[in-house]
Amino acid sequence: MSQFIFCLIVFVSMLFSLPGAADATKVQEIVLDNGLKVLLLEDHKSPVVTFQVWYRVGSRNEKDGKSGLSHFLEHMMFKGTQKTKPEEYSRIIAKNGGRSNAFTSSDVTVYFATMSRDKIGIEIDLEADRMANALLGETYFEPEKKVIQEERRLRTEDSPVSALGEVAGAVAYMVHPYRRPVIGWMEDILSLTRQDLVDHYKLYYDPNNAFIVMAGDFSTAEMLPKIKAAFGSIPRGSEPPKVRAEEPPQQGERRVILKKEAELPFVLMYYHTPNLKSPDSYALDVLSVVLAGGRSSRLYHDLVYQKRLARSVDADYNGLSMDPSVFSVTAQVMPGKEPAEIEREIDSLLDQVKSELIGDRELQKAKNQIESAFVFGQDSIFGQAMKIGYYEAVGDWRLMDSYLDGIRKVTREDIQRVARQYLDRDRRTVGVLIPTKESAS
Amino acid sequence: MKKSLALLSILPICLLALPATANMVPQRSVLGNGMILLTSEQRALPMVSIELLIDAGSRHDMPKQEGLANLTARLLTYGTQRRTALQISETLDFIGAGLSAGCGEDLATVSMTVLKKDLATGLELLAEVLTQSTFPQEEIDRQKQSIIASIKAREENPGDIAQRRFAAALYPQSPYGRPVEGSEASVKGLEPQSLRAFYERYYRPNRTILSVVGDVSHQEIAQALNQAFRSWPRGEPATAPVAPSKVGSGETLQVNKDLTQANIILGHAGVGRENPDYYSIQVMNYILGGGGFSSRTLDSIRNERGLAYSVYSYFSAEKGHGTFELVMQTKNETALEAIRIAKAEIRRMREDLVTEEELSDAKDYLTGSFPLRFDTNRKVANFLAQVEYFQLGLDYPDRYADLIKKVTREDVQHVAQKYLKPEALITVIVANQKKIGDQ
Repeated sequence: MSQFIFCLIVFVSMLFSLPGAADATKVQEIVLDNGLKVLLLEDHKSPVVTFQVWYRVGSRNEKDGKSGLSHFLEHMMFKGTQKTKPEEYSRIIAKNGGRSNAFTSSDVTVYFATMSRDKIGIEIDLEADRMANALLGETYFEPEKKVIQEERRLRTEDSPVSALGEVAGAVAYMVHPYRRPVIGWMEDILSLTRQDLVDHYKLYYDPNNAFIVMAGDFSTAEMLPKIKAAFGSIPRGSEPPKVRAEEPPQQGERRVILKKEAELPFVLMYYHTPNLKSPDSYALDVLSVVLAGGRSSRLYHDLVYQKRLARSVDADYNGLSMDPSVFSVTAQVMPGKEPAEIEREIDSLLDQVKSELIGDRELQKAKNQIESAFVFGQDSIFGQAMKIGYYEAVGDWRLMDSYLDGIRKVTREDIQRVARQYLDRDRRTVGVLIPTKESAS
Repeated sequence: MKKSLALLSILPICLLALPATANMVPQRSVLGNGMILLTSEQRALPMVSIELLIDAGSRHDMPKQEGLANLTARLLTYGTQRRTALQISETLDFIGAGLSAGCGEDLATVSMTVLKKDLATGLELLAEVLTQSTFPQEEIDRQKQSIIASIKAREENPGDIAQRRFAAALYPQSPYGRPVEGSEASVKGLEPQSLRAFYERYYRPNRTILSVVGDVSHQEIAQALNQAFRSWPRGEPATAPVAPSKVGSGETLQVNKDLTQANIILGHAGVGRENPDYYSIQVMNYILGGGGFSSRTLDSIRNERGLAYSVYSYFSAEKGHGTFELVMQTKNETALEAIRIAKAEIRRMREDLVTEEELSDAKDYLTGSFPLRFDTNRKVANFLAQVEYFQLGLDYPDRYADLIKKVTREDVQHVAQKYLKPEALITVIVANQKKIGDQ
């Protein structure tokens, strides 16, 4: 089955439930005169290369009333330059045996292609061209707006659990732009203008606000000159405005209910946490595995296996975000069970982690899972490039180097301390999906 | 550990180096108990990926026992003669390994990913679940409840609903027309003795293809498997799937739900993987709807008119039969318009020759992107298992480009006329039906 999806939206980065690291010591960093940072990782185990351009702009950089702007621009970046016709970019890459795509998240907008080493130069030239010369043609603006509305219907409006995530995100944050969905509110999408896109492009799509990640079967000696030739002449832009919004400390639990046609209730909890710049991020990572890593984890074993209250359960810590994000605990409710029962059970399991130290073997098990996921993650060239990119976007790709060390140092006491400090009911948002079974009207 | 190579010997059949995919270097042998082993030694990372296919899919379900094959597969990792379900998951989680079992119409699958240093533990577990599963009553009840919950949960996904309605209409009274999970009623009625009988009969080494990719040599893994599976005797040999005898066509099915979008499938019967026209069909479908932005339907439905975010078509080919589907979502109000355009594109494939440029773009993509199909160990493991299952031969990666390159514009039109059947299309629309055509 060849399912084709044009772009992925990542609200909070769910890509790596276990953030590991590529072999960071092999990454080479070069900064061009125009400020464009180039990160190269040679890895010859498979005959392919992935080339990615990361722009440091996402829904985090948007203003009220203009949500979805970064994502809309991502779509329009495929509508041609002076050199390429609309959608020709994708056709050229495909004709040369490559796969290309793009995605927008809260923090970044990323364009990429994966192809053989002898063809990757084509991608390099095309990305350089659209960094400087995208036309964002008027003719294609209105049809694309319709496409994006369809995308929103597909991903959010008709998907009960996504819709719950969206509304809970809007409640968990009052001030910080993480409260807005990456794809944008429907009314905002409708009111965006082409001029909005042009301004956004001018403000954020400059070499000094972007970086390149290239990984795979290539030689730096051959590729670096190609990259310099393609991107080196694009002039440095002005510094884009900084996002200074800070979410004030939450004082008291927030709750949100979504009633929608669905089959099973769903419970979601968002706890405010720091990102990976905090030393606590390692313990939070390990905690998420203790709670929901594998069938023997605490939440899974109790809720899904023993008590059969939930059909599925997850705990995810999203440290790879530019600003402080959330630790989420989610569960789909079994038929015949009540969301309130699940909530009580989750609370009592979280209370246990706060009141009693976890076992030594349990700690070791969680660390082993993180270490093996780290190795498994390197199986994919694309996955490695993504990891380098996320670390660089959040702070510095070198943070990958210390990741496993940080994990190894986590103690049982650390787990207890971060559970007490962050899994605090006064600092959480609880979202509940209540299924309705109305007939369509 | 005692060495017991008496029962199982290793018979290496062919050792081929493949220029097109020089990195893969697959090897194949048949173990003494009839299990087919494929390997690709990849030393870059200290890990091993395993994919196992076994002729134990839902096509073997007996009447009124729909869901038996699936429940059997789900229970594999929930209790063996040596370990309880919890001991199995504790062991796996402690070494950070993944072990999962699934079930399709033709095949049950077991996948494992494990660090090289824990390979022995991993193989021991793998052998246990395949040869010593015990199907405890408590675990059966638990899994039944979980399956019944998923049967309910999938009603939440309109794309899923459309797929199930389509399959049921295309293959009435066939294992290919019903969900592998069975129905709530059939699952409730499944008995422990049926599970054990199914397991005894179908989980046998001579019905099994095992593909191993990673930090281990062919010789090493073959020896380890001989040891681990020494007590697994042969059973009935694998059988070829029987193509569905009844094939539906021409129907329109409407499902009413409170949705903003219509989820649409247009489709009919396709071809089996063994059909010699398979490669011409792949080229044809790339131009129609398989090729993303290079495809006609995406161009006319998404780019020109903004009617959909996602629209694609595919021929999925199994042994002996296959299906053609065109899948899209558009707001309720434009459902009929989108269907009209999609049908016009299907007809155009039959009526006119494709352009030279379309043909060469399609061939260039299919041949050029071929290595991307196995750019990870996991993908190589799956690929080798499929090559064996469909009997494509280990030289398939070498032959692939020629199979595609020889396709002509006339071939494309010929297969469009032969295998695209506008009058046979089954149309499924899951939507808010009151708003359909309400423009």
